[in-house]
Amino acid sequence: MMNRLHPALRRILPQLITLVVVLGCNVLVFPDFFKIEMSNGRLYGSIIDILNRGAPVALLAIGMTLVIATKGIDLSVGAVMAICGAVAAAAVAGGSDVATAVVLALCAGIVCGLWNGFLVAVLNIQPIVATLILMVAGRGVAQLITEGVILTFTNEGLIFLGSGSLMALPMPFLIWLGFGVMTAIVVRKTALGLLIEAVGINLRASTLSGVRGNVLIVAVYAISGLCAATAGIIVAADIKGADANNAGLWLELDAILAVVIGGTSLLGGRFTLAGSLIGAMIIQSINTGILLSGFPPEFNLIIKAFIILVILIIQSPIVQSVLFAMRMPPDLSNDDAEPVEGGSARDRDASAQKEGMAP
Amino acid sequence: MLLQGRNITKNFPGALALDAVDFNLLPGEVHALLGENGAGKSTLVKCLTGAYRRDSGAIFLDNQPINPRSTLEAQDLGIGTVYQEVNLLPNLTVAENLFLGRQPRRLGLVSTRRMNAGAREILSGYGLKIDVSRELSSYSIAIQQIIAIARAVDLSGKVLILDEPTASLDATEVQMLFSIIRRLRDDGLGIIFISHFLDQVFEICDALTVLRNGRLVGTSKLADTSRLKLVNMMLGRSLEEEIHKEKDRTASVDPVQLQFKNFGRSGHIKAFDLDIRKREIVGVAGLLGSGRTETAEILFGAIGHDSGEALAEGKPLRLTSPRAAVAQGFAFCPEDRKRDGIVADLSVRENIILALQGQRGWLRALSKSEQTAIADGYIASLDIRTPDCEKPVGQLSGGNQQKVILARWLATNPRFLILDEPTRGIDVGAHAEIIRFIEALCDEGMSLLVISSELEELVDYSQRVIVLRDRAHVAELTGDAITTTNIIRAIASDGHEDKVSA
Amino acid sequence: MNPRYLPLLATIAIFILAYALCYSQYPNMLSTRVVGNLLTDNAYLGIAAIGMTFVILTGGIDLSIGSVIAFTGVFIAVLLANTSMHPLSVFALALLISTCFGALMGGIIHTLEMPPFIVTLAGMFLARGMAFVLSTESIPITHDFYDTLQDVFFRVPGKGRLTLIGIIMIVTVIVGVVLAHRTRFGSYVYALGGGLPAAKLMGVPVARTTVCVYALSGFMAGLSGIVFSMYTSAGYSLAAVGVELDAIAAVVIGGTLLTGGSGFMIGTLIGVLIMGLIQTYIIFDGTLSSWWTKIVIGGLLFTFILLQRGLVWVTSRARI
Repeated sequence: MMNRLHPALRRILPQLITLVVVLGCNVLVFPDFFKIEMSNGRLYGSIIDILNRGAPVALLAIGMTLVIATKGIDLSVGAVMAICGAVAAAAVAGGSDVATAVVLALCAGIVCGLWNGFLVAVLNIQPIVATLILMVAGRGVAQLITEGVILTFTNEGLIFLGSGSLMALPMPFLIWLGFGVMTAIVVRKTALGLLIEAVGINLRASTLSGVRGNVLIVAVYAISGLCAATAGIIVAADIKGADANNAGLWLELDAILAVVIGGTSLLGGRFTLAGSLIGAMIIQSINTGILLSGFPPEFNLIIKAFIILVILIIQSPIVQSVLFAMRMPPDLSNDDAEPVEGGSARDRDASAQKEGMAP
Repeated sequence: MLLQGRNITKNFPGALALDAVDFNLLPGEVHALLGENGAGKSTLVKCLTGAYRRDSGAIFLDNQPINPRSTLEAQDLGIGTVYQEVNLLPNLTVAENLFLGRQPRRLGLVSTRRMNAGAREILSGYGLKIDVSRELSSYSIAIQQIIAIARAVDLSGKVLILDEPTASLDATEVQMLFSIIRRLRDDGLGIIFISHFLDQVFEICDALTVLRNGRLVGTSKLADTSRLKLVNMMLGRSLEEEIHKEKDRTASVDPVQLQFKNFGRSGHIKAFDLDIRKREIVGVAGLLGSGRTETAEILFGAIGHDSGEALAEGKPLRLTSPRAAVAQGFAFCPEDRKRDGIVADLSVRENIILALQGQRGWLRALSKSEQTAIADGYIASLDIRTPDCEKPVGQLSGGNQQKVILARWLATNPRFLILDEPTRGIDVGAHAEIIRFIEALCDEGMSLLVISSELEELVDYSQRVIVLRDRAHVAELTGDAITTTNIIRAIASDGHEDKVSA
Repeated sequence: MNPRYLPLLATIAIFILAYALCYSQYPNMLSTRVVGNLLTDNAYLGIAAIGMTFVILTGGIDLSIGSVIAFTGVFIAVLLANTSMHPLSVFALALLISTCFGALMGGIIHTLEMPPFIVTLAGMFLARGMAFVLSTESIPITHDFYDTLQDVFFRVPGKGRLTLIGIIMIVTVIVGVVLAHRTRFGSYVYALGGGLPAAKLMGVPVARTTVCVYALSGFMAGLSGIVFSMYTSAGYSLAAVGVELDAIAAVVIGGTLLTGGSGFMIGTLIGVLIMGLIQTYIIFDGTLSSWWTKIVIGGLLFTFILLQRGLVWVTSRARI
């Protein structure tokens, strides 16, 4: 029966089942969970709330998915959110209209992303180290823009992005859904997705095939910056102010978690945007569920810890190789017969790597 | 007999890496272990040192059977190994590298003073007076190599295995290393010396063993072996056996398509001139480390050239990166398929269209149906054995992976195809098929440059053969001069006769 | 000069330069009182950073330490408030738990071969969550023994006070230095950071060393939690958020290579002091805002990462 499903759907089936189970648990503690009401021209209810509150993590997860697919990671997205929220708030406070403010904030996000991409692709610094710099300094920059206060604003247009609604649905939900669908279409209808995956799995082979690996790597960090900027605008608009200290705090970890729950391996390669978005919704559903059940919200940290542990076990090379061995008979290439004993320096690196994996 | 291996056999999935190989090492002997890539040298060494579990056969040390289960166990028994590079830790001091895990202690704490004194004492035995408290990485590769030998000898003391120890040393450094090897030999150590530099083998070794395709070709005293005989053992069938196929040897009359003038990069390959005609197969022969792969990589822009220029039909070409080369209609199937060729987790389809898609750019995507059509076309025409085009390429056999990479380049419709060891590690059936494809592609008008250590194969399909030695192009054979004998002579000659031609 | 001392010398130079700059504007800053406070205020960070240095030297990372500090604080406060246990036995219990917690993460990292980043992220969530399970409120610690401990200090000339927690930090640094440079365990730590294949080849007990390093980091985080509870006289589950980042920054500014294998314990101490100095300067100045701390630390991080990158590049060039 599994085989009758569309392959893309089959891939995210475990995530969908998890989401259903989590929602089911929520119904147990809160029977009115699925109740949706209409008032003042917009919908209200727990489900709507999840879709609305999950927007920042969902947006971050979109960019993070692409970054992780290239074997990278972007720790700076939380700080970038703070910067971009501050830019938008400062712009409208300075008298700009909404469009200018949004464009400025998005540009700030892209600049942050380009900086990260430059460090990773051009200076060859490990992604985790490279993005750490902006993670640490970014909040300081954001405070520089807000001059240390929570920069509040009353611009209706900007506020609308965070708490308004369109066709009875909250704007943040529409934004992340639109952004997600758009990104999915762009990466899957163009060759971007394939090239990103190729670069993430084997950068050297991809470069030798004429793929512009480094340009792609810079691009995915820029996209991640753009996503963080959008999330930052939403968060600022929601609270009608830019809080440089707390906007997006620790959301980078939630975003990484969403990607990992979504089924994209931290070791790069194959990615699924739909999975990451569902992952973000799973995280938000747990948050909401715990809130509804009356526990302090911080309890979901323990649940997250166990989710990571389960995913770690599933993704670990040892378990994977056991699963692989169970699934298919060995039909390995006879290249394994002997590591290349070469004369050039390059060959030596390879045998160094192979040394560690001697059968 | 110091170290003896009898009937050592090792199977890997799909390949017999060692087929009942015997190996004998006497005390006070430097014994060369020779063979091309994939011949089984390092598999044999790994079986002897316990890094691999052998499938059958026996190992004797001092006539006692031994069965080491790891290199550390072999080291305790007396067999030390020094690999090309990953022996020591560059970030530790010289003394720490020599004493890691057995540092002298006083009151439970490591006594750096005593450790350094001990390190100086060990190294003075090797004529090395260096500051042992500095990091290993601050010393040259040669000194690191000597320190690695000192550690291995200090820990084991009976047999020393040197795996390509001279690969990155210059001439004076090699002499320094050799004087140490001689001294250790005179002390009664048995030394296994793996190298692809024949000059060095003739200089330092007392005996040699040659492997080819996992089989023992022969063992002899060095004094009884000529250079020509040795190259023959490594590369060819015996001279008498050679059957010269009557083949149409008329050199290509098509116009010159690509010209490389004074093309090279210092430290990688000496500048060379190369003309390639349309509808021509140029073979490249040479031993391992002679600059074969470097020739391919510099032509493809994978390593930048620092001298010379490339011309296509008289117009200059920009070859600064693989991407630029692909844009000029170049294609390159690399030697190390796993590392440089396949993108293992992607499907056969995606691997086949990768270069074409890279060339088109990300915006002009091939639709799924176009991709499937291209992939299915090549799966049929190259006979790639896969259930369907969606199987991850990493799960195919070596021969089929090679065909996938070939398909990847054919899809870009190149005018110049570079193949680096296209038939290495491939089963016999696929081997013949790939040679057929090479000839068919040439007939269709493509120019090819094929690097191979299978000389019969090169002789079979090449219209011209370039011979490399010591990172330089040393000879060019054309017409009837293309025979395995001539190639072997050109490789074995030590630089006196430069041109062998018809 | 041995190039491996270069980052350490750069750290020391920056510290001296920064201090000289502070002194030129506020001569008061060169008093034993300020120095004493510098040690006291940054004691918990210094202790945690020493543990982090060991982890980073192996090429790993430990994101859990801030949460472990908070957990330890809450654990101690809850136990002291609800039982009659003596603080010393509570300390021993807290250290045991945090050490085992670290060892568990090390074991998972080694056996599952997963990136330390994600494993310790789970640890971070778990420890913080457990702290919340114990109490979501801040619990004040009012034990006579705590008062006694807080009153322990040495008066140094010039009105300066060397408090107990300052002393604990200094002792920790000394122990760290000895452990890193004078034991076989220390050399194994550097060996792991130098390269796993070569370390295995040379017989380094990889599994044991990995587990021990994360256990050590857990122990240090626990000790840091004890010190933090003395410093604040309270246990609060939201305390010490982001300490792991400060610790990583201190380690890197201290001249340790984030990719492992190279660095010094003493550098980490100076890194912590540089960060403390920036804060002290901002307090002295009064008009500058605290956000400058983050920007300056970010700038220093970038400088050191670039310096290390250049150093690796230069040495690899120089040899070939």
